[in-house]
Amino acid sequence: MILELFVDANRCIGCRACEEACSECPGHGGQSMIHLDFLARPTSVQSAPTVCMHCAEPACVAVCPADAIRIDPDGVVLTAMAERCIGCANCALACPFGVPKVLGGRELMVKCDLCYDRTAVGQKPMCATVCPSGALFYGTRAEVEDLRLARPLNRFHFGDAVVVTRNHIMAPAASDGVAVGAPAPRTPAEQHLEEALW
Amino acid sequence: MATLPAPLEQLIDTYGPHLNFEPPGGFAARGAPDRRVETHCCFCGQQCGVKLLVKDERVVGVEPWEEFPFNRGKLCPKGVKRYLQNNHADRLLHPLVRTGRGFAEISWDEALDLVAERVQRLQRRSGPDSVAVLSGASLTNEKAYLMGKFARLALGTRHIDYNGRLCMVAAGAANLKAFGIDRAANPWADIAATDLVLVLGSNVSECSPITTDYIWRARDRGARLIVVDPRLTPIARTADLYLPVRPGRDALLMNAILHAVIRLGGVDDAFVARHTAGFDEVRRAIEHCTPEAVAQEVGIRAARIVDAARLWVQAPRTMLLHARGIEHHSTGVDNVLSCINLVLATGKIGRPGCGYATITGQGNGQGGREHGQRCNQLPGARDIENPVHRADVAARWGVPESSLPRTGKTAPEIFEAVHSGEIRGLVSICFNPLISLPDAAFTRAALERLDFFVTIDVFLSETARHADLVLPGSLQEEDEGTVTSAEGRVIRIRKAVDPPGDARPDWRIICDLARRLGAGDRFDFSGPAAIFDELRRLSAGGVADYSGITWEKIERQMGVFWPCPALDHPGTPRLFEGGRFAHPDGRARFHAVSYRPPAEDVDEEYPIILTTGRIVSQFLSGTQTRRIGPLVAHQPEPRVELHPRLARRLGVADGQRVRVTSRRGHLELCAHVVATIRPDTVFIPYHWPGDRSANRLTLRAYDPLAKIPSFKVAAVRIEPLPPGGDGAPAPPGDPVEGGAPSPPGDPVEGGAPSPPGGVGGSS
Repeated sequence: MILELFVDANRCIGCRACEEACSECPGHGGQSMIHLDFLARPTSVQSAPTVCMHCAEPACVAVCPADAIRIDPDGVVLTAMAERCIGCANCALACPFGVPKVLGGRELMVKCDLCYDRTAVGQKPMCATVCPSGALFYGTRAEVEDLRLARPLNRFHFGDAVVVTRNHIMAPAASDGVAVGAPAPRTPAEQHLEEALW
Repeated sequence: MATLPAPLEQLIDTYGPHLNFEPPGGFAARGAPDRRVETHCCFCGQQCGVKLLVKDERVVGVEPWEEFPFNRGKLCPKGVKRYLQNNHADRLLHPLVRTGRGFAEISWDEALDLVAERVQRLQRRSGPDSVAVLSGASLTNEKAYLMGKFARLALGTRHIDYNGRLCMVAAGAANLKAFGIDRAANPWADIAATDLVLVLGSNVSECSPITTDYIWRARDRGARLIVVDPRLTPIARTADLYLPVRPGRDALLMNAILHAVIRLGGVDDAFVARHTAGFDEVRRAIEHCTPEAVAQEVGIRAARIVDAARLWVQAPRTMLLHARGIEHHSTGVDNVLSCINLVLATGKIGRPGCGYATITGQGNGQGGREHGQRCNQLPGARDIENPVHRADVAARWGVPESSLPRTGKTAPEIFEAVHSGEIRGLVSICFNPLISLPDAAFTRAALERLDFFVTIDVFLSETARHADLVLPGSLQEEDEGTVTSAEGRVIRIRKAVDPPGDARPDWRIICDLARRLGAGDRFDFSGPAAIFDELRRLSAGGVADYSGITWEKIERQMGVFWPCPALDHPGTPRLFEGGRFAHPDGRARFHAVSYRPPAEDVDEEYPIILTTGRIVSQFLSGTQTRRIGPLVAHQPEPRVELHPRLARRLGVADGQRVRVTSRRGHLELCAHVVATIRPDTVFIPYHWPGDRSANRLTLRAYDPLAKIPSFKVAAVRIEPLPPGGDGAPAPPGDPVEGGAPSPPGDPVEGGAPSPPGGVGGSS
């Protein structure tokens, strides 16, 4: 039974519970490994959490000159080993999802390792445990397919390049991949506001 | 005299708000906890289950409590970071008495004696009703009960009211009129099981975030979602149908939806005939409310109103949810009744996945409005003017019925009476009216006229700064008790740690005060368990019947829904099953609602509608959350949210400072230009004090029955300030918070959060 993380940005309410909970994880020292962005606040309240997607062929691993980033047998891309990381930021530049950050002052790469401490003992990652809207869901693919109308996808098209990831994002049932960078269509509700009388 | 006892900056320097970012000793020093205490969040009415981590007798963190069925581990950011209110440098640790130069520590004996002496002197001179009690809906059921008993028996005043007056009273009054009982009709599980959710005036994503999950679970099964709100909130963004109503026109909109429902043949005639009364009056009253006739006034195209009616009629099961957005109005009760009319006319209540609820806002917004801390109420949600109810309670309290005071003033009326000099003394707990009441300048002027003001609090709130005496009470996690969540589920609040320093559990302070006032024999409680037992027995036969609820049963069942009239009764998650309502004849009541415009409408001088509300990272008046660093960092300052079209007309750019002026006062703050609000409306969150207080702009207009203030509609004008902002000369006006301007660079009052590590010292 493979447990995976599913991200449904459509449900995200921008509350930052994920960030705050992540910062409470033992070992994170008050720092969140997940970030939350409002994508186009002047025109929309759409927000989205960004977690490490745990790529099948991680660019961060490929470009690390210190061989500091390991992949565990379950396909989880781990945070750079502190004793090896040289803080060069290659990983941060290479990641197609903009996930790894190089901590100023410490010069170490940090990123989500899928709550290794918790998942190793059968708990869900902190972010997916607290997320009040279900934008972050941790479980099996069968569970999420059973519970939801949206479908899980893990193929991302960056122009011609395809990136396959361990984590999934949830997309409308008809989609088969995500074209990164395509403009988001206006929701019916946004249209309804446009029609308001005033 | 209750002007500030020292310059504002000195008070802030000593008592905060300062920001706490870390557990004691920092994250690295936290280590494994000694124990995990299963309890609930201290903030909103969702009352999410959470585990508090305790190490060395201090609360050092939280963990999700996944077994608690309501939230299943889910939390909002406030729930995650609430533990940072513990071990806080601002915490009040000793009784404080006002001196010529600020506050000085005194002993408990001196403090309690002082209260008794000053209160009794006032009451001897000006009568028992010259002293009023203000209480709060964050208090446990035990404390809420105790406050009502304290006011009536120990003080003998008829004036006790609570800050739920600013939250739940419009919904409560309407529910009582329509159903004969004031409680959410359905458990939240029914939201997940419905076919259509209609949300009115509730920014659920920010104000009751866990409800978002229930709505999505319904949608995962194919349910539709309609949201009525002047702002395109995060949950509204995804709605199937969004009705951007003009603030203050909710009842007119609901009348038009009902009109369209009738036209579509959606009335459940059998249900109406068998289980209700008064529908013909409603039908007549809304005859002229066609969608076409009201469209311009409500600000929504007629076709969309009909769409809403069609979705409602087509859905076999519906859940109608509303909150302060339709309740904070001079027409609050009517707005709620207009929603209930739709539910009753279509018979959509009292079934699994089908019904109605108001989303209670405050932590114990439900239980806090049931057990006698309201001006017109006795425990068990009894009516203080009902002779049978009076006799019942008097007998159980062992006092003559004639000695029980009658209906007192509501919280806003108490301040009017303080201002006029009719009420001279105030005993307050858990209420920060300087921030939460409308027209803050008036509230401040009232506070300054008090002869004696004593308050029980955990931090020196903006209001407490005006007190003669401050008694250090307990945080939620420092005492045992129960609260009743938005669902009507009575749950257990467990003690994690003792109050720090000389601070004491609130119940003990109240009982000690009662003893000093000569009523000790009626307040001889060994603790909250004994208080609950008295409350439980006394509620028997009342509307809010808790008599079958015990702490042990709550723990075993993960909560008990009232009414629960016997020890072997499982509780009542869903009301009105089989169409049986709580009025004596079992029928629900329709109420014809004639549209009244808001108490203050826009005009040429003040052409823009101001609406106020909350943000996800702050809670109510911010006494707790403005001291929690990571939450303050989300949004350190209020901003005025306005549509790009309005901004263009005013010549305002995003981020530019603007002056917002109403007939009460003005604010200067930054513009947040976003296309997610009606272009005729602006929004300001109200959590902040002084020159950032949205309630400097709001008006003292109230619903005639419930006396809830009209926080959701005021008329304002907006002017851009020159870039840079600081150079603009402010027009003369009274700084509401207290005199001196904030010192530059002050970490909280000035804006930018201070760096981590600034606070965290132990008590």
